[in-house]
Amino acid sequence: MVQLSLPKNSEIKKGKYFKDKTGSKNLRKVNIYRWDPSTDEGPRIDTYEVDMDNCPSKVLDILNKIKNEIDSTITYRRSCAHGVCGSCAMNMGGKNGLACTTPHAEIEGDIDIYPLPHLKVKKDLIGDLDGLYKQYQSIEPWLKNNSTKETTEIYQSKEDRAKLDGAYECIMCACCSTSCPSYWWNGDKYLGPAVLLQAYRWIIDSRDEERKARLKKVADELKLYRCHTILNCTNACPKGLNPAKAIAEIKKMLATANV
Amino acid sequence: MKAYNIIDHEYDVVVLGAGGSGLRAAVGLSEAGLKTACISKVFPTRSHTSAAQGGISAALGNMGEDDWRWHMYDTVKGADWLGDQDSIEYLCKEAPKAVLELEKYGVPFSRTEEGKIYQRPFGGMTKNYGNGIVQRTCAAADRTGHAILHTLYGQALKHNTEFFIEYFALDLLMKDGECKGLIAWNLNDGTIHRFRAHTVIIATGGYGKVYYSATSAHTCTGDGNAMVLRAGLPLQDMEFVQFHPTGIYGHGTLISEGVRGEGGYLVNSKGERFMERYAPNAKDLASRDVVSRSMSIEINEGRGVGKDQDHVHLHLSHLDKSVIENRLPGITEAARLFANVDVTKDPIPVVPTVHYNMGGIPTNYKAEVLTMNGSEKTVPGLMAIGEAACVSVHGANRLGSNSLIDLVVFGRAAAKRAAELVKPGTPHEEIPETETQKCLDRFDKLRNAQGDNSTADLRLSMQKTMQSKCAVFRTEKNLKQGVDEIGKTYDGMDSISVKDKSLVFNTDLVETLEFDNLIRQAVATVDSAYHRKESRGAHAREDYPKRDDEKFMQHTLAWCDGKNTKISYRPVHQSTLTNEVQYFPPQERVY
Repeated sequence: MVQLSLPKNSEIKKGKYFKDKTGSKNLRKVNIYRWDPSTDEGPRIDTYEVDMDNCPSKVLDILNKIKNEIDSTITYRRSCAHGVCGSCAMNMGGKNGLACTTPHAEIEGDIDIYPLPHLKVKKDLIGDLDGLYKQYQSIEPWLKNNSTKETTEIYQSKEDRAKLDGAYECIMCACCSTSCPSYWWNGDKYLGPAVLLQAYRWIIDSRDEERKARLKKVADELKLYRCHTILNCTNACPKGLNPAKAIAEIKKMLATANV
Repeated sequence: MKAYNIIDHEYDVVVLGAGGSGLRAAVGLSEAGLKTACISKVFPTRSHTSAAQGGISAALGNMGEDDWRWHMYDTVKGADWLGDQDSIEYLCKEAPKAVLELEKYGVPFSRTEEGKIYQRPFGGMTKNYGNGIVQRTCAAADRTGHAILHTLYGQALKHNTEFFIEYFALDLLMKDGECKGLIAWNLNDGTIHRFRAHTVIIATGGYGKVYYSATSAHTCTGDGNAMVLRAGLPLQDMEFVQFHPTGIYGHGTLISEGVRGEGGYLVNSKGERFMERYAPNAKDLASRDVVSRSMSIEINEGRGVGKDQDHVHLHLSHLDKSVIENRLPGITEAARLFANVDVTKDPIPVVPTVHYNMGGIPTNYKAEVLTMNGSEKTVPGLMAIGEAACVSVHGANRLGSNSLIDLVVFGRAAAKRAAELVKPGTPHEEIPETETQKCLDRFDKLRNAQGDNSTADLRLSMQKTMQSKCAVFRTEKNLKQGVDEIGKTYDGMDSISVKDKSLVFNTDLVETLEFDNLIRQAVATVDSAYHRKESRGAHAREDYPKRDDEKFMQHTLAWCDGKNTKISYRPVHQSTLTNEVQYFPPQERVY
């Protein structure tokens, strides 16, 4: 039989248990992934009993409550708290989402909170998105248009502008890319749904003059065609966008256009 | 004290903050060939510019006649004559150029039938000097800030701006009254970095989190403002805190003024459109201070809605479905998520919520930081832009959609001015070690704090005090209590506790450093409010209900050494920049 030895830090141990001190009758158990790079210890799951009678409705409210009232050392990113900045993306109850827009009532049983899957963890719930940001840079996310007139805008019809709807709203939270098995496997080469949605946003902008070059650039076995239409991305998007469709559109353009 | 390993950097210019203004400045600096570092505690697209909804003002005239002078008049009046008219002229004249530039960068603005940038009506924006409503606010649906922020980040990438992301700035490095750089803590690996620079541009945004209920992000802690206070420089007009009329009741999420721009209106428990009584002409599109006060009066007089009669309703279900779908999709989502309301059927429960800081780091229209030493003087090597700055274009009250334009116009101006002042590659002076030591002493002391007070408790106590003692309506008695209570909370820092002692992503320590920044600004705010014995714009004193131009047409300057403040005043600039427009003398302000 094959003997597998897992690398250090991949074995998660049971951690501390924080018993409720409020005497609340309405408690929920919250299990949180903890890992501190400044110690030699491996990752662990700490469990917190949280008084739900005095906790607003979202998962981020639970995290803030724990950090403010129980254990100030838990570490996570958060900023706007209403679903526009994309900081608090994490895995809750087995699903990727934004902690600030995910109602904890939708999670049954104990509430399990992990970092986004398949990222290098920096600490606790903070994942390393540097690779994704580099890929984003690689698609050159800026308008390429040689119009030099300073006094007029580039006109765009309402219909052409409408093509950007569903693409420009992406907040780069990475919920989609980190839910994609293809991205888990080939995340260093495959651009993944988040970045391909952004590539699409510039490809279909009627003001952009480099559509062909943009298409050519992503038309690559690994960058684009590692998408196997699993559709986890669309399922995961907390903004209700459809990156899978955008990828399909790119493939269609490549198949039908003479690029 | 344990010695910290310090990594040194040298740049022509360092921009602190990567929101709308910081990114716009960074783009301009890179274009000018200056070696530029842009430092931010969050990834650029996480900055709070992303939350701006309604739009960006500029007299483009795409939807009917418009003139930048009309925009200037509206801004002067909105500011209740506390704005510097030279700066306001600059803002409004440069605005159309700045918006067209954004369009060329790729911002996905909504469009008119002819394919031009769509513009919507907004509070206080009028034609022909107050005669009728104008459509001046350029919009990308109701996600204008998001669209601009992401586009500007793309531009910064295009220009190869060097970013230092998830670095938390600690203090400025000063020498003989000049700024020489700053020190920051890299959260990713726990190292300390010292940046030498010929110019530091502060673009750290507002400090809404001194209040309990705010539309601000958790990260809106005014770090740059506090760094300026610790450097012995003053903050200006800190008493002017804007309450946005429509934050979602109980949660604080912003509901754009664009809703009222598109035809939404406010209603009290009697079903009355009460704004008709307070602002017969502009009604629901009066300026924000006026609408917020009117709402507070309705609630105080028992005409609020809900179980506790403590909020009002914002109606938009009468709007055309296509208007809601195409122009207000973001607030539709926010109302569903945070108020459990389907806006096509039911009204949104709203309440005035802290939204914007008119006050901040005093600057001139070139973004150079000012101080008073007998007379107005610039601080060499230091600039400020965006919400962190007090230029002052917003004076006592900012008009909606004037903040996004402020970001790009003055971000651009700062880059231009820095390019005039700094020759690329100029060698750097030595900075005395004492500056570094002072900064790291404070850092180390907080990191190792083992007192009895948790940061969260102290922060909550500060936020509750500010919310109850320094709110929409203020009195001498309340403000005095506020000064005392904030002072006590400040003293609580002596016994603060930080449990996490590590250096990598120690957010326990980050929140404590942020609290240290916030409490200093709370001190400045409540003390400035206590000393301004008049009502002007967002500062409404029940005991001094009238504006007093004789005594108070002046900017407040507050120096704070810990909880001890020194308050002084400087005259409002009463002249324009050029002869293209005449100075607008103070008038009674009615909408």
